[in-house]
Amino acid sequence: MVYENPDGVKIGLEIHVQLNKLNTKLFCGCSTDYHNAEPNTHVCPVCLGLPGSLPVLNRKAVEFALKVGLALNCDIVEQTQFHRKNYYYPDLPKGFQTTQYDFPIAGHGKVIIDGEDGERIIRITRAHMEEDPGKLMHMGSIEKSKGTLINYNRSGMTLIEIVTEPDMRSPKEARRFLDKLRSILEYLDVFNGDLEGAMRVDANVSVMGGDRVEVKNISSHKGVEKAALYEIMRQKNFIRRGDKVVMETRHFDEARGVTLSMRTKEEEHDYRYFPEPDLVPMRVADWVPGVQKTLPELPDAKRDRFMREYRIADMHAKALTSDIKVADFYEHVALRVCPGAAAVWVADILKGELNYRDIGVHAFKVEDMIEIIELVIGNKITERSGVEIIRTILDNGGTPKTIVKEKGLIKVEEDIIIKAVTETLEENPEALQDYLDGKEKSLNFLVGQVMKKTAGRSDAKTTRKMLLERINKLPQK
Amino acid sequence: MSGWANISQVKEKITQGSAEDITTSYLKRIKKSKINAYTTVWEGAAEKAREIDEQGHNGSLAGIPIAIKDNISTKGISTTCSSKILQGYVPPYDAHVIERLKDAGAIILGKTNMDEFAMGTSTESSCYGPTLNPWDMERVSGGSSGGSAAAVAAGEAPIALGSDTGGSVRCPAAFCGVVGLKPTYGTISRYGLISYASSLEQIGPLATCVADIAALMDVIGGYDARDSTSVKTETVYKDALVDNVSDLKIGVPAEYFGAGIDPAVESAVWDAIQLFEELGASWEQVSLPHTPYALAACYIIAMSEASSNLARFDGTRYGYRKEGENWHVMASRTRAEGFGAEVKRRILLGTYALSAGYHDKYYLKALRVRTLVKRDFDLALKEFDCLMTPTMPVPAFKLGEKVDDPLALYLADVNTVPINLAGVPSISLPCGYTDGLPIGLQIIGKHFDEATVLRAAYSFEQNTEHHTRRPVEVV
Amino acid sequence: MITKEEVEHMGWLARIEIHESEAQAYAKKLSSVLDYFSQLAEVDTENVSPTYHVADIVNVFREDVVRPSMPQEEVLANTEKKQEGNFLAPRIM
Repeated sequence: MVYENPDGVKIGLEIHVQLNKLNTKLFCGCSTDYHNAEPNTHVCPVCLGLPGSLPVLNRKAVEFALKVGLALNCDIVEQTQFHRKNYYYPDLPKGFQTTQYDFPIAGHGKVIIDGEDGERIIRITRAHMEEDPGKLMHMGSIEKSKGTLINYNRSGMTLIEIVTEPDMRSPKEARRFLDKLRSILEYLDVFNGDLEGAMRVDANVSVMGGDRVEVKNISSHKGVEKAALYEIMRQKNFIRRGDKVVMETRHFDEARGVTLSMRTKEEEHDYRYFPEPDLVPMRVADWVPGVQKTLPELPDAKRDRFMREYRIADMHAKALTSDIKVADFYEHVALRVCPGAAAVWVADILKGELNYRDIGVHAFKVEDMIEIIELVIGNKITERSGVEIIRTILDNGGTPKTIVKEKGLIKVEEDIIIKAVTETLEENPEALQDYLDGKEKSLNFLVGQVMKKTAGRSDAKTTRKMLLERINKLPQK
Repeated sequence: MSGWANISQVKEKITQGSAEDITTSYLKRIKKSKINAYTTVWEGAAEKAREIDEQGHNGSLAGIPIAIKDNISTKGISTTCSSKILQGYVPPYDAHVIERLKDAGAIILGKTNMDEFAMGTSTESSCYGPTLNPWDMERVSGGSSGGSAAAVAAGEAPIALGSDTGGSVRCPAAFCGVVGLKPTYGTISRYGLISYASSLEQIGPLATCVADIAALMDVIGGYDARDSTSVKTETVYKDALVDNVSDLKIGVPAEYFGAGIDPAVESAVWDAIQLFEELGASWEQVSLPHTPYALAACYIIAMSEASSNLARFDGTRYGYRKEGENWHVMASRTRAEGFGAEVKRRILLGTYALSAGYHDKYYLKALRVRTLVKRDFDLALKEFDCLMTPTMPVPAFKLGEKVDDPLALYLADVNTVPINLAGVPSISLPCGYTDGLPIGLQIIGKHFDEATVLRAAYSFEQNTEHHTRRPVEVV
Repeated sequence: MITKEEVEHMGWLARIEIHESEAQAYAKKLSSVLDYFSQLAEVDTENVSPTYHVADIVNVFREDVVRPSMPQEEVLANTEKKQEGNFLAPRIM
């Protein structure tokens, strides 16, 4: 089925990704590990823009940018340099941002997502490197605030700005793209999406061939979806009333779920780009083969391999590979127990429990997962007990062994069930007779009675099997 | 004591007395001075000298006092670029050259006056008022490193550092009768030098003789990983001090003797060239055809870069601040009040030259012209070992003469700016006097061939007396 | 050559407050300089590439090794306008 896109929605994204897995900032040796630090403790003359300081480019930042470019299937530029983008804002300590201009390090790439009607290609226009500004805190709302507090710890962090073509046709596709991008970046080990401000998105939204509206600085994937939904609705209403959508920049109020116009004099820019004279050009095209070799297996390739190697379903493979940590977890488990069962346990059960609690897979031990699956497969505990162990570990800690013991989850021995079966049949001759007379339902009653006697520690399937065996052995009347 | 002494003379005095005595006597001299060469005198200097005395004078400049231009960052010592906007700013770090000087045992006497943000040719745009020329206190000291040159000329420091974006070391050296070198771009780390025009400027030494220039270069020159434009060089500058020019092929560019040149300047420079010939060198006229356009190109590039380099002075983190109802108003008022007239003009012109619609006409055009100017030098210096010209077309002019006419002031730089566009080294040294005012000879060399420039200058000095002449005691 | 309005716009772009009374005088002075700069138009620069750097250096990098940052006190030492470790500025708009 082809997606019609009835409103002619076009969404393009500009994503600022902090390459926060670097040890140091883009142009100085200050540590990137500032997230829990006191304000203005991770700065030096360079990232504070003190008079006389000069930038020196972090080699690894360039390598990381190349990795990202290659992973997004981009072409890498032959020679490039940094430019100064000149504008005034208190978070910008030099009065200009050092960024790339006419020759971005990477361009013309593509990413495949699960679109509205199957696989969809989102084209990447460009990806360029730049420095992050500091962080502002408004004392009160931005318009009425008494003042602004400035913390330059973030100043000079390496950003890669990824710009897409307007290839997304719905807020859902935009969200899918962002999820996929995050997944790729985490695979590359250049980015930790859990850190605050790690990914900030500007969304360009247009409907029915109208002018595009830019919604700036959205901090979550969900936010992008919501902002785009609101913007589509707003623009459609505008057009319905006979008005024309004008090109403008809006700001997303996450709490209220609305976008607001932010046109002020401060937004009129003439950036006066020119090559940064304090840095020299870089020629890194010949790094490409080397960097290519260090690229890990990316999500799409891993999904295909999982399906092939572990013979698991497409749906499971996708669920297991979207997050590199989950994929690694799964592979460790699948190497030790039946991969099919492991897929069910990791993708369906464990991931569900983790999502419910909003925690990552790091909270669970591979060894515990293996032990639980082995217990279930070995018929020692029921599936339900397995789930219960996972929940207990996540909520209260402990190991499968101790939990099994404390909660008495080991399935009862067969002779106990046999004994219960014998007793049940003796105590319920009518039900037995009804079954023998052809009332299938009576068997369910008997199964229930047996399980009651074993306090639920035997599962229904086994109980049923054993009951039938015993009934079949009864002397015919 | 008399303040006029070169490094070896100061060293002798240290051996006889102490670095502390020498430093104290310089500080006294500075205190009595009327020429306004210093913006800040470092109160820790004498104590530092005593420390050096106690440690036993290790390092090639142990105990030698030095004056530092006020745009070079000195940890713990006010650094203002002679601008109101940097009032109260005390850098938390040392420039690379300051680290090197400290390692060599030099004693910082203080910071010297300059044109605000190095934008000028007369040191009249300083917020502290002009530095007077020690040879004639009604005249300018040149600029922008006027304080450094005047301090050396007046015996208020044996040596000094300046910076040269379009002639800012060589012009005041010429006007004040001292030696000043603008090294090849990339020779000295700019780390800690408060930028005016990043792609043009270099820190440069000023001294009373060529040997001291070489001694300073041996300390401050060389690679620094903190400046991406810094270049690894192996030059030992002292080795260049050889009195022999018999193999020297000198080019004399006709364009540098053009209209507006003072006849006394012209004849002094020709006398100098003749002397070189007598010493065995050969000379020929050469043409650098794009010279007439170098001035405009250099100023456009400098102003464009400056408009961006000076954007950080917004009152938020350091320096002067004038409050306003919001941040943008605060920044605009801070900059309107904090910068002087010439700095504001250059920022506005640089902003204009980079702005949409004018970028190609001014900025990009200037960079293309720069290519042609550089090519002129490359060709000429393929044929000749060095080029000789007057440093300034005129001797020091009167105070106030050009303050209100920016263009007239820019035109005074006509012989120095092309060198910055090409990035080649160039020295100015005294080659004569007119009406008691010094005249500077400019010797221009190939990229990273400071050795030839220094050798030529040293040979000239060894065979002339110009550098021994001193202004009448002004204290 | 440069108009009063352009001067005011440059003043805004460069964050230099220019009073209406000054704009005319600026326009005059700046125009004389721009007029001088315009002589560059005479130079044939067809097929001449711009020189951004005089030295032909490429690929200057630093390794990704942490160096000490400044103590907060030193960072804020050059301003009176600070609060709880932050720089304090007026509101933005």
